[in-house]
Amino acid sequence: MLKIVVCVKAVPDPKEAHKIKIDPATKILTRSDVPFVLNLVDKNAMEAALQLKEQLDAHITILSMGPPPADNIVKECLALGADQGFLLSDRAFGGADAYATAYTLAKGIEKIGPYDVVLCGMASSDGSTEWVGPEMATFLKIPVVTRVNEIVEYDGEWWKVKAGLENGYRLVRVKLPAVFTVTRDLNTPRSLTFSGIIKARKKEITQWGIDELAVPEESAGQKGSPTIISNLATIDSKRTVEIITGTREEKAEQLVQKLADTGLI
Amino acid sequence: MKKQPGSVWVIAEQIDCRILDVSLQLIAHARKLAIELETSVEAVLLGDKMNEQTRQLFAAGADRVYLGNAPDLAHYQPEIYTEIIVKLAKERQPEIVLIGSTSMGRELAPLVAARLGTGLTAHCIDLVLDENKILESIIPAYGGLLSIICPEKRPQMATIAAGVFPKPEMDENRTGEIIALEVPDDIPRRIQTLEIIREKPQGVSFESAPIVVAGGAGAGDLEGWRKIADLAETLNAALGATRPAVDEGWAELETMVGQSGKIVSPELYIGVGLSGELQHMVGIVGAKVMVAINNDAKSPVFEQVDYGVVDDCREFVPVLINKIKEYQEKLVTC
Repeated sequence: MLKIVVCVKAVPDPKEAHKIKIDPATKILTRSDVPFVLNLVDKNAMEAALQLKEQLDAHITILSMGPPPADNIVKECLALGADQGFLLSDRAFGGADAYATAYTLAKGIEKIGPYDVVLCGMASSDGSTEWVGPEMATFLKIPVVTRVNEIVEYDGEWWKVKAGLENGYRLVRVKLPAVFTVTRDLNTPRSLTFSGIIKARKKEITQWGIDELAVPEESAGQKGSPTIISNLATIDSKRTVEIITGTREEKAEQLVQKLADTGLI
Repeated sequence: MKKQPGSVWVIAEQIDCRILDVSLQLIAHARKLAIELETSVEAVLLGDKMNEQTRQLFAAGADRVYLGNAPDLAHYQPEIYTEIIVKLAKERQPEIVLIGSTSMGRELAPLVAARLGTGLTAHCIDLVLDENKILESIIPAYGGLLSIICPEKRPQMATIAAGVFPKPEMDENRTGEIIALEVPDDIPRRIQTLEIIREKPQGVSFESAPIVVAGGAGAGDLEGWRKIADLAETLNAALGATRPAVDEGWAELETMVGQSGKIVSPELYIGVGLSGELQHMVGIVGAKVMVAINNDAKSPVFEQVDYGVVDDCREFVPVLINKIKEYQEKLVTC
């Protein structure tokens, strides 16, 4: 049986993310009342897992690290068809940078047990570093392919995938177990169904804290993060705008004149 | 005695034996940091038959080049590249390691950072040294600029997009030392690159375009997006997108302008149907003239441009295209 772990992240809803401010005293993001949603590209990782399960004998485990409300996105993945869910949640995990996040997730994966494939979205919409997949693979001592946009061959111990490059792709052969970070080009995620939501009610979410994971305190959260926010500043690169007024035609004409003045059109 | 700080490193990248511009830009910036730190600039270059190309690295400001030359290194192979760089970094203890924010760089950098147990920053729009000579990565986020530092672990690592730092002045007379690297023979080889396909990019490339037209969520739908694309075509401009436009599926990720995408320095920037979110606006570095078209007069974008048109871009853009065409025809007939 192919054992798949899908790592997902609860991120502030990108539509309301502009409300998030930084606390100048603690230098940690105060997420205020912005709701958490499943990171967009993680849905493609989830969809990939579901499609594999449709074609192979597979088992899907969801893993997330985040505050207790993040169990909603784990539930969402269970309702989509995942078999079991784990949430790594502890105050000690708070303030983690990509390194500490990857380390904690790797510890979670090891505790879950044997696995063949780890799937995650290429980046989160809030941090958007792309570091967690490769760093997690490093801690798990397994190979990683980032920006996967097509799974070409998936039978057997060696998989073949296409990964995005600037204006092209690379075709990569990789031995399982492996981590794959996926792009939005990989597939079109399915929607939740009512029957899926009903079925998911019976599925349990296991919550693990720092003690269950046996992660040393100095390796978790802010303490385990090599990077810190040291300063905050505002930007004042404001220009003085001239608003062009008139009818639509007049505005267009005036704007063309301004563009012509640049000598570029 | 004061401890001599380690060097400032740049992991140079080559595609088909051509050194990427971003690598040269980073070397020139590394030079500035190295002068302040009173240390040297070192580049790591992996490829095949790359001896000749080291001259460019020296010309841009490198003092020393660690050169791996082998058929196995001709293109990016994650395991071998990581192994060579990690081994070398453990031996030479660089203070700072900079990598271009390319698809290779964004995979290789975290592989190296995790192995070295150190921090790594992304989407930097500037790199400076603070009063303790610690590297500050300046990153736009949440309506302001964050400085991120890696106070204890070394090296301090960062990825930077092409265009953040200017094109370096090349001093062809500069030379330096080349140190040959061995390809280790104990690589697990669980991952193999079978093929690399690169197509000629469609449309006008960002690097060379004097005009960039960028579209955002205000396009409304694919039809609205096509109008913005038409505007770009009429102006022979590169077409960029905000993240929401990419998320909607109207534009390719490659065309995203901003913090986690392309950094551009056009003569003229026209933002259409976008609100001027910082994450996008930091992608436009030093544009001479900036224009915004947005239906919301209160949109923050109007505080960041020279000329603004308050109108529904879906209605206004076709009219604008006609006026531009009229103007262009007049020019031809004169």
